[in-house]
Amino acid sequence: MNASELPADSVGLVTPRKVAIDRPLALDCGKTLPRHDLMVETYGALNAEGSNAILICHALSGDHHAAGYHAGGDKKPGWWDSCIGPGKPIDTRRFHVVALNNLGGCRGSTGPGTINPDTGKPWGPDFPIVTVRDWVRSQALLADALGIRQWAAVIGGSLGGFQVMQWAIDFPDRIRHALVIAAAPKLSAQNIAFNEIARQAILSDPDYHGGHFYGQNVVPSRGLKLARMLGHITYLSDAAMREKFGSVLKSGAMGFNYDVEFEVESYLRYQGQSFVDRFDANTYLLMTKALDYFDPARDFGDSLAEAFRRARAKFLVVAFSSDWRFAPARSREIVRALVEAGRDVSYALIDSQLGHDDFLMPLPEYNRVLATYLGRAAAEVNA
Amino acid sequence: MSGDSNGLRPDLALITGWIKPGSRILDLGCGDGALLAHLARTRQVRGYGLEIDPDNIARCLESGVNVIEVDVDDGLRDFKDGSFDYVVMTQALQAMQRPDHVVSEILRVGRTGIVTFPNFGHWKVRLALARGRMPATPALPDTWYATANIHLCTVADFEDLCRARGWNVRQRSLMGHERRDEGALRLMPNLLAEVALYMLER
Repeated sequence: MNASELPADSVGLVTPRKVAIDRPLALDCGKTLPRHDLMVETYGALNAEGSNAILICHALSGDHHAAGYHAGGDKKPGWWDSCIGPGKPIDTRRFHVVALNNLGGCRGSTGPGTINPDTGKPWGPDFPIVTVRDWVRSQALLADALGIRQWAAVIGGSLGGFQVMQWAIDFPDRIRHALVIAAAPKLSAQNIAFNEIARQAILSDPDYHGGHFYGQNVVPSRGLKLARMLGHITYLSDAAMREKFGSVLKSGAMGFNYDVEFEVESYLRYQGQSFVDRFDANTYLLMTKALDYFDPARDFGDSLAEAFRRARAKFLVVAFSSDWRFAPARSREIVRALVEAGRDVSYALIDSQLGHDDFLMPLPEYNRVLATYLGRAAAEVNA
Repeated sequence: MSGDSNGLRPDLALITGWIKPGSRILDLGCGDGALLAHLARTRQVRGYGLEIDPDNIARCLESGVNVIEVDVDDGLRDFKDGSFDYVVMTQALQAMQRPDHVVSEILRVGRTGIVTFPNFGHWKVRLALARGRMPATPALPDTWYATANIHLCTVADFEDLCRARGWNVRQRSLMGHERRDEGALRLMPNLLAEVALYMLER
């Protein structure tokens, strides 16, 4: 497809850019990054008052390429193209949308794969483990650099939703609306357990080399592949897997070997392999740790409601009925705490089939909720 | 039921007069959010509506009413004891699986409960039944096979339940179809009231 054939409701061709954050960032781990870079894409124009900006926070494997195409020949648009564009729920005719690759990422922002100025070599495992709070602080520095004092909305699904909550707590005056999608107030023991297996898969791969694999001309592909395969199981519901893959032998007969015999095996192997080609193992480790550490209630006597008392934003919480990774009950914990804190909150439970991944899907009911809510948010800021 | 185009539904207008300014309100089965929007404007209340119908949820979001997708039949377990000044349920009690459990939950979560329902003792209802037909009245417009109303009651039935459970009726208001019914309404509430409104406390 060439540029003239891009869909009419697409933001079209987009070019990522690197924003240098030259101010020091004190991290939760105690270290300070004197400077860092963030890869950013923006869609739609910032209005004269600078009041119509929306920040998109990505999940585990996301990045700054949230919508549109980098080149006419791209097979796929950005990861949330179904939701961002002219006339879409996050309407780029009204909003100025900012998407970034978080600190510690592997798509151009400062992270384990970039050069540590102290050593002249890639950071590797020495890159500080960052937290959701660190990301939000880094995003606030980005907002300063872009001249955005207050976001009309901060929006994110899954781990992205964690960042949204943290924004509302840590920078109450800089966010008008918080859209928390398919998230949880913190990880459950089961969530952490899945992350731990993913980490062990990577750490125990001989090609990991203690994280210093960049110089060895290898990547811990087996470990990263296993980690992603495991992750994919948690992104889909049992019913969706059944529907998609069934459990019928591909050849019709048992082969009595360990080759691919079921559809789901080839799916997982394919997903795992394609992930290895685009993702960094150290970043994956760091992201899972940020997930595990997230618990905004920890600083408030383990009371999420106390944490939310600081917030000023209005909240929209969205959950999906078939999501078992961050089930609707977890979203309701968030809603309960917000109500207890007296915050404005709406909550929609979207009837869904796929599972956790549904937050990326263009489900009509989901799109309607987002579009309706954001339509009102746009009117508030004259967008 | 949604508000008519040129104003608030009469029972909702009446409830507004019962609400102290600045209070915290939970509206169970809030519909399109008309009551909460009106109370926010005129009484500076902070509130949330519970609703399960997607079209109603969208309307609430459109008008900036806090709406939470919760099935009231599952109870109000997300809400703490005494955490609201008022818990309101208008014209939805009769559609609940267990209206008695719901009122009990209303009075657990709210310091004051406000409940309105269509009176099944109204003479039009009785007349229809006397003719051997399920009633279709302005307060109960749906056909018997498509109605959501599964637990209809009369004013007398409801007051029996209140007595049996020890709920205090702090205020009662009865609405007929015509304004001029008021004197007669007081004499024969169970026969003449189309809609009954109660303010309850534990």
